[in-house]
Amino acid sequence: MLIAVFMRELLLALRRPTDALAALLFFVLVCSLFPLAIGPDAALLRAIGPGVVWVSALLAVLISLQRLFEPELADGGLEQWLLSPQPLTALVAAKVAAHWCIACLPLVLAAPLLALQYGLGGETVGLLVAALLLGTPTLVLLGALGAALTLGVRGHVLLALVMLPMSVPPLVFGCAAVSAGQQGLPAGASLSLLGACLALAAFLCPWASAAALRLALE
Amino acid sequence: MPSPDAELRLSARGLRCRRGGRRVFAGLSFELRPGEVLELRGANGSGKTSLLRLLAGLAQPSGGALHWQGRPLLPGDAAYACDMAYLGHLNGVNADLTAAENLHFAQRLAGGAGACADPAAALQAWGLAALAAQPARRLSQGQRRRLALARVWMGRRRLWLLDEPCAALDSAGERLFDTRLAEHLQAGGAAIVATHHALTVPSAHLRRLDLDALAPC
Repeated sequence: MLIAVFMRELLLALRRPTDALAALLFFVLVCSLFPLAIGPDAALLRAIGPGVVWVSALLAVLISLQRLFEPELADGGLEQWLLSPQPLTALVAAKVAAHWCIACLPLVLAAPLLALQYGLGGETVGLLVAALLLGTPTLVLLGALGAALTLGVRGHVLLALVMLPMSVPPLVFGCAAVSAGQQGLPAGASLSLLGACLALAAFLCPWASAAALRLALE
Repeated sequence: MPSPDAELRLSARGLRCRRGGRRVFAGLSFELRPGEVLELRGANGSGKTSLLRLLAGLAQPSGGALHWQGRPLLPGDAAYACDMAYLGHLNGVNADLTAAENLHFAQRLAGGAGACADPAAALQAWGLAALAAQPARRLSQGQRRRLALARVWMGRRRLWLLDEPCAALDSAGERLFDTRLAEHLQAGGAAIVATHHALTVPSAHLRRLDLDALAPC
């Protein structure tokens, strides 16, 4: 059943590639604009690189999540999910996992290329990818909760207001891991904390999102 | 072990519903047995949709009791969820998937091939076989409604809750609906239908509930 939800999301993304590509294009563009605006100051670019990449990733995830549940609410599919004998929490978890593969995995894969613009070294790029791999699922899980809580509300500002404060811990730990790597310090502690954030979010967010969806449909 | 009265029975006693602080109806009671259809009548806003959503478990009544097979119906009842199919105003049809893909996903959602009829048979039964590979966005409103009804039919649930099932259907579609409903009742199923289309069900099996009579003055 979970595989069916997952494959359906992938199929829908293939049918509407613009939705899936929007987040990636946004990420690439924002990350490329900073070096152009700041100029060829190698030391400054190296210093701000991790932060810029992380904030761009966070905003790209936010953009990709704005229509996570809306189409299903509009066409009545969500009603059928609620009424199905399958647990809604599991359905939401499968949908979020598929969304991560569609919207965030390309972004993580593009990060090493973008890191070149900031002059980040090989080991630092590896840390950046590891931190994004651990951090973006947390962002998607938190964003799914935000999307469920704000479902049916006109305008998308509320989603940003709900999601961005919750995203501070992964952002801080993610940037700290990469910065530590740049300075030759061990990054293990920050990565562990990122992993802890992911474990907590994976445990709580699908369940809370399902509860929020039930409320939204009442 | 199935209890002696394991056959389908849904009863409501003194059901009350409030929406947005407004009383929609109160003191609503009915009983539904196998082979029967309960036809909901009433003006716009009299609470037909609210009642169907209560019965589907999408909303909670503010008072009164619902019994299913003789036991109280609680929110999130798994056995009831496997026995009931709900079709609201929205079709629950994804416009980017084809008709067949929509039904295949519905089959997986309902618990796999064991719990469901074959999607191809469902398309055939509702006159959609030629449109199986069409994306749902290219279907007309009436064809999408047929697809939604095909999903209800495919699930082989014993209780159908249908909200204006004939909306957007042409006259051939309405006749098809009447035929499929009659087959469903004959097989021991039951249905609660809010409709303005006159159902062609033998009067012995037809119960009527007029929600206007229960509306607050």
